Amino acid sequence: MTLTLSRPAVDGGPRATRRRARRARVPYLLLVPALLFYAFVVLWPTLQGAGYAFTDWAGRRETPGFVGLDNFTELFSAPAARSALRNTLIIALSTTIVQTLVGLALALALHSALASRNLLRTMFFAPALLPPVIIGFLWQYILTPAGPLNDALGAVGLGGLAQNWLGDSSVALASVIAVIIWQNAGLTMVIYLAGLEGVPPELHEAATMDGAGRWQRLRHVTLPLLVPATTIALSLTLIGSLKLFDQVYVMTGGGPGYATETLSVVMYKEAFVSGRYGYSTAIALVLTMIVFAFALLQLRGLRRFEVQQ
Amino acid sequence: MRPAAGRRRWTLPRIGAELGMLAVAAIFLFPFYVFLTVALKTPAELARSPLSLPTDPALANFTEAWQRGDLGTAMVNSVVVTSLSVALLVACGSLAAYVLARRGTRLSYGTYLLFLLGLMIPLQLGMVPLYQLMRDLNLLQTYTSLIIFEIGHQLPLSVFLYAGFLRALPRDYEEAARVDGAGSLAVFWRIVFPLLRPVTGTVVILSAINIWNDFLTPLLYVGGSPQQTLPVAIFAFRGEFASQWQVIFAGMGIAIVPILVVYFLLQKYIIKGFASGIKG
Repeated sequence: MTLTLSRPAVDGGPRATRRRARRARVPYLLLVPALLFYAFVVLWPTLQGAGYAFTDWAGRRETPGFVGLDNFTELFSAPAARSALRNTLIIALSTTIVQTLVGLALALALHSALASRNLLRTMFFAPALLPPVIIGFLWQYILTPAGPLNDALGAVGLGGLAQNWLGDSSVALASVIAVIIWQNAGLTMVIYLAGLEGVPPELHEAATMDGAGRWQRLRHVTLPLLVPATTIALSLTLIGSLKLFDQVYVMTGGGPGYATETLSVVMYKEAFVSGRYGYSTAIALVLTMIVFAFALLQLRGLRRFEVQQ
Repeated sequence: MRPAAGRRRWTLPRIGAELGMLAVAAIFLFPFYVFLTVALKTPAELARSPLSLPTDPALANFTEAWQRGDLGTAMVNSVVVTSLSVALLVACGSLAAYVLARRGTRLSYGTYLLFLLGLMIPLQLGMVPLYQLMRDLNLLQTYTSLIIFEIGHQLPLSVFLYAGFLRALPRDYEEAARVDGAGSLAVFWRIVFPLLRPVTGTVVILSAINIWNDFLTPLLYVGGSPQQTLPVAIFAFRGEFASQWQVIFAGMGIAIVPILVVYFLLQKYIIKGFASGIKG
C-alpha cells in the first residue's frame, strides 16, 4: 500500500497533472460502469453493514431495532467470538511471520545456480493457485488420525509425534496455520524472487571486492534492497490471513470446540446458520477495524524502516 | 539467473545444496503424492495403507466422481462465470482507470483511493446486506448474481493495476488521435486499449484465478443449485461422499486439471503477475 499511495507524487501530483489534463479531457462518463458495479457490490452494502452492526436485525423482523453497543459487548464476552478474535490475531501474526521467512528462504535458495531451480519454483508456487477448498480437504485427509501424515511419521521412526492433528484442540490451530503457510509460501517466494532479480550483481561484486563474506553481503546488500518486496509480502499475507475463511471452514468448521474459530467463520455461522444479521455484521465490523489498524501500523512502521535504510 | 550459472562445476558443496533442496521439495510435495495415490486406490487398498502406491490404478474413481458429482455441469458453470466476469471486469476496470489516470483532479484521485479501499475492506461487512439485495432482486441461484459480485469484488485490483500502468504510458498517441477528431471512447478502444495488453494479461490471470477459486460467495449465491461452480460442487461432494476419500480426491483431481493445464502453459506470465504482489 505504501507504493500505491505515493505513486501520484511521481507523476508530479494532482496540480501538475491538472495542467496537462486541460489539453485532453477524458469524460467522467467512462467511469460510470465501474462505479455502478463497485457501489452496488462493495460501497453500499458495506455502509449498510456498518449501520446494521448496531442493531438487533435478525432478518425475520421488518424493522431492526437500534441496540447501541450491545452486539460488541456480547462479542467480547461470548466464548465463540472471543476465541475467534484471539485465533484470528494468532493466525494472522504467525502466518505472516513464518510465511515471510519461509518464502524468503525459498527465494534465496532458488535465486541461485541450482540445476533444479526452475522446476522447484514451479512446484513451490503451485499450491497458491489451487482452490483453498480443495487444499482444505486434501489436508483434512492427510491429518486424520489414521491418515498419511501419522503413517509417514511412523514409517520414519517418529511415530511418537503422531497426533489427532485437527481433532485435538491443543494442536488444531497450529495445524491450520501450517496448512495456510504450506499453501501460500510459494506466493511470498515469487514476490521475493522478483525483488532479487532487481538487485544489481555489481553491488555484490563490489561488496566481495571490499572483503564482505556471504552473510555480510546478505545482511548489508541483499536484505536492505528487499524492503519493498517485504512490504508487499507482509501486507498481502497479513490482510489475507485476517480474513481467512475457506480452509478453516472446510477443515474444522471452527472446531474442535472453538479451537480454530476465526472471525470470518463465526460471522458466517451467526449470519447464515443462526440468522443473527445484526450481531454478525458487528463481528464483521470488528474484523474491518482490525484490518485497517494493521494496515495503518504497517504503513507507518515500514515507512520508518525505509527511511532508515 | 546468474550469468555464470551454467558453467559452474559440480563441486561437493554444490551437490550437497542440490540434494538438500530436493529433500525440502520432497517434503513439500508430499501432499501431492497423497492426492494422486489416494485418487487411484480402491477403498480396500486405501483402508489397508494410506501411503502405499496403488497396485492397480482404480480409474473408476474418476468416472464415479464425474458422473455422481455432476462435475461437468459445475465446470461449465465455472467457465461461464469466470469468463464473463473477467471480460466485463477488463472493460470496466480499464475504462475507469483511464479516467482516473488521465484526469488529474482531486475528485479523480479521491475516486482512485475509494477503489483502493476495496483491497482492504473485508467482504464480510457487506455480505449480509448484499445477500438480501440479491435475494430481493430475485437474482440468487443465477449466474448474474455471481458475475455482478465478482466484477465488483475484483474491480479494485484491476483499477489499481491499470491506473499504475496508464500513468507510465505516454499520451502522445492519444493526443494525436484527438487532434484528428476521434472521440474519447474511440481513442480509448483503438489506441489506448491495445497498448494496455501487458497489464490486461496480468489482470486477466489474477482475476480469473481469484474468481475460479472463490468459494464463500458462490456457496451463498448458487450453492445447491444447478448453477453451482466447482469449489461449491466439491464442497457438496465432500458432504455426500463422507469418507469415500478416493472418490472425493478423484473429483478434486478433475477440478484442478484446468488450473494446472493453464499454469503449465502460461507459467511465466502467471508467476510474473503474482510477483507484483497483489491478490484480490
